[in-house]
Amino acid sequence: MIHADNLHKRFGSVEVLKGVSLSMQKGEVIAMIGPSGSGKSTFLRCLNHLELINRGQIAIEGEVMARTDEQGHCHYMPDADVRRICRKMGMVFQQFNLFPHLTVLQNIIEAPMTVKGIKRDEIIPKAEELLHKVGLAAKRDSYPARLSGGQKQRVAIARALAMEPDIMLFDEPTSALDPELTGEVLRTMRQLAEEHMTMLVVTHEMAFAREVASRVIFMDHGLILEERPAEELFADPQHPRTREFLRNML
Amino acid sequence: MDYLLSTLGPLLQGTAVTLQVFLVTIVLSVPLGLCLALLRISRYRIVGRLVNAYIWLMRGTPLMLQMLFIYFALPFVPVIGVRLPDFPAAIVAFALNYAAYFAEIFRAGIQSIDRGQYEGAKVLGFTYGQTMRRIVLPQVIKRILPPVSNETITLVKDTSLIYVLAMNDLLRAARGMVQRDFTTTPFIVAAAFYLLMTLVLTWGFQRLEKRYAVYDE
Ligand SMILES: Nc1ncnc2c1ncn2[C@@H]1O[C@H](COP(=O)(O)OP(=O)(O)OP(=O)(O)O)[C@@H](O)[C@H]1O
Ligand SMILES: [Mg+2]
Repeated sequence: MIHADNLHKRFGSVEVLKGVSLSMQKGEVIAMIGPSGSGKSTFLRCLNHLELINRGQIAIEGEVMARTDEQGHCHYMPDADVRRICRKMGMVFQQFNLFPHLTVLQNIIEAPMTVKGIKRDEIIPKAEELLHKVGLAAKRDSYPARLSGGQKQRVAIARALAMEPDIMLFDEPTSALDPELTGEVLRTMRQLAEEHMTMLVVTHEMAFAREVASRVIFMDHGLILEERPAEELFADPQHPRTREFLRNML
Repeated sequence: MDYLLSTLGPLLQGTAVTLQVFLVTIVLSVPLGLCLALLRISRYRIVGRLVNAYIWLMRGTPLMLQMLFIYFALPFVPVIGVRLPDFPAAIVAFALNYAAYFAEIFRAGIQSIDRGQYEGAKVLGFTYGQTMRRIVLPQVIKRILPPVSNETITLVKDTSLIYVLAMNDLLRAARGMVQRDFTTTPFIVAAAFYLLMTLVLTWGFQRLEKRYAVYDE
């Protein structure tokens, strides 16, 4: 589903990704962990074109979005192609990024209508179904400002799902939430995983990573230091940095 | 009392001129201001700088000077020189000037929208144009209503500047009568007319603000 090869990303003179590669199969749930500033968000953002890579190759479902030639120059496909390819991925942000001027329902149907041209009557039943699924049917006509953080994040998940992505990217979806609200969001994500959604989740929730992810990636200073099945990595971390990180987390 | 009624006719005619200048200026300068604002923040630096220079020029010189220039000096400028009758000359000056002010308001409004809104829209597949139309600008409107309301009310009063082109707007009509009849009554009536116009505007903007108050940010 996702093939990222040797991604390099610089901000000015600071190299934030120093050659990160990742291959993801359909239905896989991968958790990405690592200390703050290690480049996890940047990696996700490169995958869906929120940041441009300086070197490497990105292919989504076999379609190349960016590649690097022999001279080391990185090329992106034309904008329309990039947009089409990126539409296969949905993304959930730490800060929700709901549209405050639209109600919950409008937040969900806006993209299918504007981007895909689906008729309002056709998308509304689907949106209501999604709201039901994330447990927010009652909030259909509320504005985001009236929701709790956990509810906002579940709306954000429903909004992303309404575009029917094949892959979901999560960037610390529970980090902005009060501890008592993380549970409801994690439950929704767990449910998605059980439905075999392909998911790449940056998280500090070690319990979630251990229980839901099939593979866990440990990233540090712009490099993947360890990448193994969840139970193995947590039971027996190989890299000293992983060990140190996990010791501090638990 | 009879005198007061006798002033109404000419003053209403003046009001018609004032309202025409006001309305046509709004209709032209708001879209023009929006275009300028979008150009100003576009990724083409040169375009942004040119717009910036334009805004500086229009806000840095008196509107009356701009109007006099367009009416008296423009005909002698090579290539673009045209001779405009008084009403079009006034309108062009007002529209160009107010577009610069609106552009700054719109720009500030657009730039106050959080980057997360653009990213949220982008990952859903919105193009830049769709993001602007559906997500950013609707939120900008709510934020800029107070300054736009201010600017609009200022415009009502600024229309009185067209007297320099000898056009008979509300104020000039009043002044004519004051000088002819040696009484200040027409001034008072004119003031009432201005107040009435700004009252309607204030009320309209308040309704708009209420409408946008259904959501918080
Ligand atoms: N737009 C940017 N401009 C400059 N530097 C940036 C930018 N975005 C990120 N960085 C830097 O890149 C590094 C990696 O940031 P990134 O957000 O990817 O880390 P992270 O692993 O997600 O950390 P966290 O766990 O705190 O979210 C950090 O040092 C950060 O300061
Ligand atoms: Mg991050």
